[in-house]
Amino acid sequence: MTTIHTNVDVTAAGSRAASLVSVIADWITTADHKKIGRLFIGSSLVAAVATAVLAAFLGLERMSASSYSILNGDSIVQLFAAYQFSLVYAIVAPLFIGLAIAVVPLQLGSRSLSYPRLAAFGFWAWASGLIITLAALGANGGPGGGNSNMVDLYLLALGLVALGLSAASVSIAVTVLTSRAPGMSLLRTPMFSWSALMGAMATVLTLPVLIGTLAYLYVDHTYGRLAFGGNVDVNKWIGWSFNQPQTFIFAVMAVGVLAELAPIVAGVRQPLRPIMLIGITLVSTAALGAATQSTHAMSWTGTTSDKVQEFIPFALFNLLPILGVLIVLALGGLAAKAGRVKPTASFVFAFLGTGMILVGMLVHALSLIGPAALAGTVAQESSTLYVVYGAVMVALGAIVHWGPKLWGRRLPEKQMFGLAALSLVATVLSSLPFVVAGFLDQPGNAVAGWSYDASALLNTVSAIGHALMFVTVLGFIGLALKHFTTGALAGDDPWDAHSLEWSIPSPAPAGNFADIATVGSAEPLLDVKPARQGVSA
Amino acid sequence: MTLTLASAATPAPKRQALVATAVASAAITMLMAGMLGVWLRFRAAADTRMSSDGRKVIKDWLPSDIKIPEVSSNTMLVGLFFGCVMAQWAVYAAKRDDSSHRSVALAVCLLMEVAIINAQVAVYSQMKIGVTDGAYQTMFYAITGVVVVLLAVGMAFTSVTWFRSVGGRDNDSHVVAAHALYWYVLTAVFCAVWFVVYVQK
Repeated sequence: MTTIHTNVDVTAAGSRAASLVSVIADWITTADHKKIGRLFIGSSLVAAVATAVLAAFLGLERMSASSYSILNGDSIVQLFAAYQFSLVYAIVAPLFIGLAIAVVPLQLGSRSLSYPRLAAFGFWAWASGLIITLAALGANGGPGGGNSNMVDLYLLALGLVALGLSAASVSIAVTVLTSRAPGMSLLRTPMFSWSALMGAMATVLTLPVLIGTLAYLYVDHTYGRLAFGGNVDVNKWIGWSFNQPQTFIFAVMAVGVLAELAPIVAGVRQPLRPIMLIGITLVSTAALGAATQSTHAMSWTGTTSDKVQEFIPFALFNLLPILGVLIVLALGGLAAKAGRVKPTASFVFAFLGTGMILVGMLVHALSLIGPAALAGTVAQESSTLYVVYGAVMVALGAIVHWGPKLWGRRLPEKQMFGLAALSLVATVLSSLPFVVAGFLDQPGNAVAGWSYDASALLNTVSAIGHALMFVTVLGFIGLALKHFTTGALAGDDPWDAHSLEWSIPSPAPAGNFADIATVGSAEPLLDVKPARQGVSA
Repeated sequence: MTLTLASAATPAPKRQALVATAVASAAITMLMAGMLGVWLRFRAAADTRMSSDGRKVIKDWLPSDIKIPEVSSNTMLVGLFFGCVMAQWAVYAAKRDDSSHRSVALAVCLLMEVAIINAQVAVYSQMKIGVTDGAYQTMFYAITGVVVVLLAVGMAFTSVTWFRSVGGRDNDSHVVAAHALYWYVLTAVFCAVWFVVYVQK
């Protein structure tokens, strides 16, 4: 007789390993929009932590011109390139695209994202492009890089990042256009979903321009290096994609988050709703400047007629997004006035973050006015930081708000209020000193070639701001890991909200909706809820 | 508490393939518009000189030893227009549940794409230029290379639509319509490339 001995521990360990492999395979091959969205969100939060550390080091290097104290002087160009790239394409763009992928189908009453595998392709293309881009920069590639193979690799990888984000944006836009619940016209689309449509379309219209330019640069750099200036001039051709107004496009969804949350905390239907939709749309007109790669500065010289002729394109390209944010803030205030505001941590994050984005837009417009003499200074870097860190603040608020629907548990409000305040301090400290340093003519994205006597303190304060942002995001990730796994159960509608995602259990089940609902207004849940005390619904 | 809203029947699909193609077409248009913008910028910045008879200004953008093979480039344009007719024939047939004509139209469309790529290869071989020969040559290969990639995507789209057609997908008219839309956009984009790169030079 043959006896088979079974080692229980080995079997259990094998079972655990098989289970782990199964879970990993599930996440890698998933077509569930909630998982794809969370992959984007998690990856970009990790990138935010790493970028804040890099930014803090670069800030410390800009305390003195005497020598490179922490970083290697030979790699400073690559480090600035990695910093610029990460702020836009590793943090703000994927963060909001991830949020949109996770949340938009739930808001629209849809059972899934349109073309979810296209969105999954978008994530993996973006993630692999991100890793290869940073690896190429680390191996002396990128703008001004000395290793020509790595410069080629950088250009290819950046194209892969742009392709991935474009693919995910197509999926989002098609979802909003085709997968709304019966009765939900475009005018009844929830504010965040509307902003996702606007942001996704603006992304789809601008990133292909970057891809086309990268195709030229790649062919030129790989072969003749006769037309585009080789490695030295890479940023001359694609630098626009790391700057304003391109960053405004990725912040459109941030403005949409505030527009979504304002009437919820006030407990009312949004007054003048179509105007709010127009306000969000105006922010997305930043695509005009990004796609044409022009910002239209205003020299403010010549006759009054000359000034008016300069002002019109300046206003069209630079002031319309500001007007859009102002409209959203004003109508949010109107909603607050009409109802009884019960501030939540998510709303505080979104309100403060949108304020920071507005300041960034104003700094950008100021830097284009000739007499301010801010062109080429760190003031332009400050504008990017205001927009990106402001958008990160809003994204953290969005995760607090929609976290219960994605994970089934809520984050602790008290700690979140603290983190919102800390993130505000971090954003102001990291960005505002650069505006002042800009007026002192400190050059942007450079360490050498400038005496830091006048601006050493400002750069130190900025580095402290980046360190605080590092603490904020790291703290948020820690609290999220803890409370989204073992925290208090959220309930189906913890915020007394208005849109369809709060009508289903938390976390949202596979397939989202057992029954497709019919929508009778822009705030369908208010149609079936009793009015909040003291507020007419 | 789970709130209950009035439920509805599962909504009919809202032409997802057509809308997705429209959005992707917008992206393709911006891709080529950006590339043509850079091309025009280089051409505008090229040096100028007077002709030997002193009557006209010559822009030294296209190297004098390069001859554009107009027959092959015009063949590509005509092929794309003919492909549009075939794609529209496929839509017409699909709306009438005429699967045999739909399949024939798509097959001819696929054949046209092969012919167009063949014409592009003929352009390359007739021009006899190297990618490392100069700025013009580098940019010429970059912009026409992207057009070839877009044609290859079109071939994949046509192949999938054709296989679905011969596989008996008779309720597929929105996919056939999306395929036709892609063809129209590709033709419009190539018209711009043809005019700027092959005609204006």
